[in-house]
Amino acid sequence: MKCSYTKKSVLGLAALMVAASVQADEFTKGDLERWQGQFMEVVKQGRELWTSPKLGTNGVACGQCHPNAANTHSETYPKFQKQIGKVIPLWEMINWCLRNPLEGQPLAADDPKMIALQAYVTYERRGVKLEPGKH
Amino acid sequence: MYHINRSRRHFLQTSGALALGSTLPISLVELAFADAQQNFTFAYISDAHIQQIKGNRFVRNWDRGLIRAVAETNLLNPKPDFVMFGGDLAQLGSAPELDHGAEILSALKYKTRYVMGEHDYYLDLGAYWEKLFGPQYHSFDHKGVHFIVLNSIRTYDDWTYHRWPTAEQRMLEMAGLDNPNSSPFMVGEEQRQWLKKDLAKIPKTTPVVVFSHSPLQKIYKGWNFWTEDAEQIQALLKPFNKVSVIYGHVHQIQYNQVGNISFHSVMATAWPWPYPQAYAQAEQYLPKLTVPMNRADPFFERDATGWQFINVANGYVDLHYLLPENSERSVGFDKAAQKPVDAQYQSEGARIPPQSHF
Repeated sequence: MKCSYTKKSVLGLAALMVAASVQADEFTKGDLERWQGQFMEVVKQGRELWTSPKLGTNGVACGQCHPNAANTHSETYPKFQKQIGKVIPLWEMINWCLRNPLEGQPLAADDPKMIALQAYVTYERRGVKLEPGKH
Repeated sequence: MYHINRSRRHFLQTSGALALGSTLPISLVELAFADAQQNFTFAYISDAHIQQIKGNRFVRNWDRGLIRAVAETNLLNPKPDFVMFGGDLAQLGSAPELDHGAEILSALKYKTRYVMGEHDYYLDLGAYWEKLFGPQYHSFDHKGVHFIVLNSIRTYDDWTYHRWPTAEQRMLEMAGLDNPNSSPFMVGEEQRQWLKKDLAKIPKTTPVVVFSHSPLQKIYKGWNFWTEDAEQIQALLKPFNKVSVIYGHVHQIQYNQVGNISFHSVMATAWPWPYPQAYAQAEQYLPKLTVPMNRADPFFERDATGWQFINVANGYVDLHYLLPENSERSVGFDKAAQKPVDAQYQSEGARIPPQSHF
């Protein structure tokens, strides 16, 4: 019984795939431009937050220590951070900076501001090879 | 060449000031002469970036860096002949910031002289700073050395006078290191003419030491590690046998030799900056000679900040970097090589992992 259930599932999945293929996974130059535009808009928001004195509470901006997001090393995350004592993703390190040098409140991982900050930082490191864990 | 530094450190380490002395952000400079009696030292503190939050509240982190440098400088023995402050006392050039910074520096027990930084200048073009600290550029003589202080952070008149609706906006635009709306630093025609006249009176054998805020050499334009008329200033200094330029602004260790001119940067007391090579999207020209400072540990807020004491010996300067919870660095003129070298880390094989930046 269990076996026939699995067969039905497989058949069902195959049917779905056929249906999807009718619509085809094709996209145009216009789509590519639109998607890139969406991304760059978030990068721009991230740059604004990065240089804003209002992200924390003491007027200090991320960009004061990290011009062009340099020395953020987004390509090395996740990595072990000795004072935190474990392997963390980039957004947790951003929150460490928000709490400490900026004397502010941390952001949720899916907060649009956190996503924008990460989009900006990563964009400034475009072209650099991934080296997770590197110090 | 480094024995004076060692004895100085010995003093700090044995005077009961060990904890303080081992973690302080200052630079000491020694100029040495053939007659050792003529050798002297001065201390160099720079880039405090005192930043007002509101009313009487200032960013604690930057305050602490300057307070610590001042306290350590006061512990030096033998005493430095004077102290230089290398510019960017304020973050946004306001009177409250300059006043608060001046008050912290007033605890120094030595004659203190000041260099103008862009963060001090672009709100009122140095008017309030001048009231506190004197002229924006001048020269003085001390024990046979001719010292020159320049305001190297001016820029094109159009940018300064006609670009921005308010002085506050002008200050903010120049304060962002990586802001594409800012403008390249320059000494400018007025000071170049003054410098030419000032140097005309000085024998070519007199050691010359120049203090500027920006490097009088071109390293990376995007962050204004740059002076637009650097070559013209270098040309004016070329006829002299021994010339040293000491600059702030870059918040990191840099050194270089261009012809007869030795260049040295000093550390900030506020925060470190990345080396331009850490910005993947730009070409930069960090001098090959430079062995970088250690990469900053964000978890220790004074890391990769510092101050200097400088020995002046035989007309050459040796910089000694006092770096909180890091090994000290000493960079001095090597007579055989005719350029500055690091006492410990100069050769490739001697370097340590934190000196690699990416």
